[in-house]
Amino acid sequence: MAEVRITGLHKRYGAFHAVRGIDLDIRDGEFTVLVGPSGCGKSTLLRTIAGLEESSEGTIEIGGEVVNDFRPRDRDVAMVFQDYALYPHMSVAKNIGFGLKARKMPKPEVEARVAEAARMLGITPLLGRFPRQLSGGQRQRVAIGRAIVRNPRIFLFDEPLSNLDAQLRDEMRGEIKRLHQDIATTMIYVTHDQIEAMTLADRIVLMRDGLIEQQGAPLDLFERPASTFVAGFLGSPRMSFLPGTLKLDGSAAAIRLADALLPVAPGRTLNGATDGQPVLLGLRPEHLTRAHAAAPAQGTFRYDATIDLLQPTGSRSYATFRLAGSPVMAELQAHDVSRPGERLPIDINMNRASIFDAKTERAI
Amino acid sequence: MAAVAPVRRPKRRSIPVGRILLLGFFLLFVLWPLYWMFNTSIKPSDDYLTVPPVWFPSAPTLVHYEAALFAYRGLDGLINSLIISLSATVLSALFGTLMAYSLARYNTGGQHLSFWVLSQRFLPPIGIVLPVFLIYRGVGLYDTHIGLIIAYTVFTLPVSVWMMFAYFRGMPKSMEEAALVDGCTRWEAFWRVAVPLAAPGIVAAAVFAFIACWTEFFFALILTSRTAFTLPTVFRAFIGFQGAQYGEAAALAIVSLVPSIALGVLAQRHLVRGLTLGAVRG
Repeated sequence: MAEVRITGLHKRYGAFHAVRGIDLDIRDGEFTVLVGPSGCGKSTLLRTIAGLEESSEGTIEIGGEVVNDFRPRDRDVAMVFQDYALYPHMSVAKNIGFGLKARKMPKPEVEARVAEAARMLGITPLLGRFPRQLSGGQRQRVAIGRAIVRNPRIFLFDEPLSNLDAQLRDEMRGEIKRLHQDIATTMIYVTHDQIEAMTLADRIVLMRDGLIEQQGAPLDLFERPASTFVAGFLGSPRMSFLPGTLKLDGSAAAIRLADALLPVAPGRTLNGATDGQPVLLGLRPEHLTRAHAAAPAQGTFRYDATIDLLQPTGSRSYATFRLAGSPVMAELQAHDVSRPGERLPIDINMNRASIFDAKTERAI
Repeated sequence: MAAVAPVRRPKRRSIPVGRILLLGFFLLFVLWPLYWMFNTSIKPSDDYLTVPPVWFPSAPTLVHYEAALFAYRGLDGLINSLIISLSATVLSALFGTLMAYSLARYNTGGQHLSFWVLSQRFLPPIGIVLPVFLIYRGVGLYDTHIGLIIAYTVFTLPVSVWMMFAYFRGMPKSMEEAALVDGCTRWEAFWRVAVPLAAPGIVAAAVFAFIACWTEFFFALILTSRTAFTLPTVFRAFIGFQGAQYGEAAALAIVSLVPSIALGVLAQRHLVRGLTLGAVRG
């Protein structure tokens, strides 16, 4: 159990600047997910915390201690690798106990702890087997067993589920979450999958080009994205962005999209906004519903939409229509809409909509 | 007339004539010289060159073995060869593995050092044998076991390094990294994870080195005389001014085959086994 503090961290590989100044505080017992597109530096950051990469600049503290010059083995962290990295020449029991043996723990204690870890993960019958005799999910469990048996201060996960098929991935995701609930150790988890990030994290750290774009609780990032990048990365299907201009008239504000004028929710603060400023209106599919009430509710804009694309998923249907020339997707109940070409009134919830500056793409 | 339903004939297992012929021919190609050599080694001298040949001697004899091993000092040569080849093989595998690991994992010497190592073999041996001879005589390594062991180690190292380099390059790094995080030092991760995984490669490189040492003639001829001479150099005594000693040559050739075949049988299991299977995603 330990907190992690990263200050001014840089990592360069020759001319390539992979991590470009990261400051990050991770609380004790927190589940932090580093997420971002490939090449954003999230894996490099994780490997630097593990000690597998040397930082070029900046400090890493674990439990209040600067560990920059510590070897990986002295940092008391455990890591689960994307390709599992099991030792193929050792049995499952030896794999799990390897770290304890390397630390010269007496044999009976190693055996007891291996048995306990195996029991926790439900892999006791596999202890005598070799990695090549296991399925992908079983290998992943062994890899996790190898990490928990050491009872480390921090768990590091490097895209641990990306090699599993979809169903197994959902299952293991749940198990990792449960593991964190049970042992409550600090966990840092790297993924490029926004669903994993949203479901697992106490805190999401969204990275882009070696920098932190935004960090916070999953719902904070989801509801109040700091930029179009964050807004577009989190949420599936993606947020729709509509170009328009901001109209400020005393205390009332609205966004003009071609011929439509959408009022901004009253009481919403618009930081540094000016009249006529080009903006992007960000609407998530769930911000749009079929209108049932006679009149739109407070902060809601009603629009007569002609559906031109329909993607039913069973319980919900994703309907795409054009609003002022730009495509927008709405998440409707399956019975709300039956076929493309249908005209129906859509209520747009402006209370939840995001507004970004068109040039900087930052939220205002 | 009613149509007759086609009778389904039971599928007859066809005899793979072509394959049997090919394998038979190949077997003949490989085994015939061995048979001829063995046959010659147990023939009385008078039967060597008869027409038609004696396919199997009516009175097999071991006199050629006795002469080759003792009179011609073949046994001493055999022992010398074993000492020198095995020592050089072990040293070559040891240094080769360490060096290749360093090249593969730390990129030691940049991109050129690994190729420079291999390029040492581009040099024709005859180009260096005379200076080596003079140096050896000067420092007292001439006609010593240790002298030939050093020469053979250096001689086989480039190929060992290159083979192991390719092997380590192809091995995923993550297992060693897992060992480092698990609590190993760099050396322990190498020794307890990388080396066992590279065993098939190490064995292959060692077999290669052993065969090269075991059959080496030129350096042994120049750098040894009465003490550290190896098996291949003994053979030159069989062609002398009394004519060729076919029986003795054949007998010693048979003897010299034994270690190579034994090594091949022992190493085969390791050569074939793919240890990395199942290590990473499968």
